[in-house]
Amino acid sequence: MSMPGLYVSPEQLMQDRADYARKGIARGRSLVTLEYDGGIALVAENASATLRKVSEIYDRIAFGGVGRYIEFDQLRIAGVRHAELKGYQYSRSDVEARSLANQYAQMLGQFFTHELKPLEVEIVVVEVGTGGEANQLYRIQYDGTVMDEEAYCCIGGDADAVRERVSDGYDPSLDVEAAIRLARSALAGDEREISAADLEVAVLEAVVPDASHRRRCFRRLDDAEVEVALGDDEAAAADEEADQDDS
Amino acid sequence: MPFFAPGDDPGASFTELLRRTGSEPFAGFAQASVSPSGTGPFDGAHATTVLAVRSTEGVVVAGDRRATSGHLISHRDMRKVFPADSYSAVAIAGAAGPAVQMVRIFQLQLEYYEKIEGKPLSLEGKANQLAEMLRAHLPQAMMGLAVVPIFAGFEPSDGRGRLFQYDVTGGRYEEQDYATAGSGSLHAGTVLKLGFRDDLSEPDALALSVQALWHAADEDSATGGPDPVRGIYPVLAAIGSNGFRQLSDAESGEVFAALQADLASGGNDSPTARMGPPEASR
Repeated sequence: MSMPGLYVSPEQLMQDRADYARKGIARGRSLVTLEYDGGIALVAENASATLRKVSEIYDRIAFGGVGRYIEFDQLRIAGVRHAELKGYQYSRSDVEARSLANQYAQMLGQFFTHELKPLEVEIVVVEVGTGGEANQLYRIQYDGTVMDEEAYCCIGGDADAVRERVSDGYDPSLDVEAAIRLARSALAGDEREISAADLEVAVLEAVVPDASHRRRCFRRLDDAEVEVALGDDEAAAADEEADQDDS
Repeated sequence: MPFFAPGDDPGASFTELLRRTGSEPFAGFAQASVSPSGTGPFDGAHATTVLAVRSTEGVVVAGDRRATSGHLISHRDMRKVFPADSYSAVAIAGAAGPAVQMVRIFQLQLEYYEKIEGKPLSLEGKANQLAEMLRAHLPQAMMGLAVVPIFAGFEPSDGRGRLFQYDVTGGRYEEQDYATAGSGSLHAGTVLKLGFRDDLSEPDALALSVQALWHAADEDSATGGPDPVRGIYPVLAAIGSNGFRQLSDAESGEVFAALQADLASGGNDSPTARMGPPEASR
């Protein structure tokens, strides 16, 4: 039965949903994930100190999300549950980012085609190689598209521009401080400055210091540590010295 | 991938998540027909003496390595002291199979809560979680598969060590100075009672724990002593402001060597002896 006036072509429907999701994602700030010489750093622009964009999933796996907080946070929790249940049923070493990324893709794809509205999120799932294996970086879009990325990966409204700026300064031999500095300048661009307090930084360390009983590679850096990594405290100290010299 | 409707969400409880996804964490034991005396068709491994002592730096936890099945030794190198998370430890006595399963679920629960909620449970909250697991285990305990743990930890905000003792019904009792559980607990407890002082440093608390385990092994056939031939020593762990640390076999061996040297020379240098006679301290 034809319904004049109410018919929407599948192409148009998908296009509208994609536009809707993209608009939602574009409202939020971006997130950069990049490999450094000792692991993977996740750096997000985030004014909130408690509503987090970057989190721990499992021993070697971390999660980053941009877009609507409540939606990517639910995905994060589902990921923790998936990983914990799998590790409980089999073994901790059987929990992998690749299978988790596929699960996320399936879920996002399902939301995109079957629900009233798509999820307005973009996420990354990364796994650090601790025994000499390569790191894994997966980027998953609102429609369930999975991309296997090398070296670095950017998500969020401004992702293309940020990616360009990361690629200009990227080198796989960067240490963790240099990686965080690069991520900040890439997130900020030329016109803005981002303070340490507005950055959320976490790392997955390939070699965990004091590994005698620690298997969890994920570590969150607090504001003071981020300031040290960025060299802001030294810069501030230098400024102060210069001021004193002037007076 | 598990996804729940709001209102039906299992929240930060891992055991509840297991139940919702169709695997009962403590199932299986309930169906087994076990006689209360432990001599029925099931005669699984039994874990014995564990203890915890408060020190000025935090708390020390120790356990022997023997597991028995009736009158036989089933394992010489069993582990009964486990890190529960980075600032706490759990030590177990009782039926080994269910006890190890309970520890595993407990460890997973603490880490799961920390990840879901974004911050770790308080020490009190952790102690209550373990009590709840024991309560869930009560039917099996009544059938002869009792598990009796000790929980000890350090609360960074408090800056002191705390320890908790339990019974099979899930009763939770906070102890101020020391706690013991298992078949050799009576003898170990007496040594701790006599040797405990309020200003016990971490090395002294470790020495006292080793002395207590030694005497428990001396009197109780189900408690294992140090085994220098195989290099197997009781597990010693210390929790303080730097978190959980288990001593290596070599370090534990040294603490035992000191005790042996002391016993050989007449026992004048033990923590108990150093306390002096009761009159002297008054």
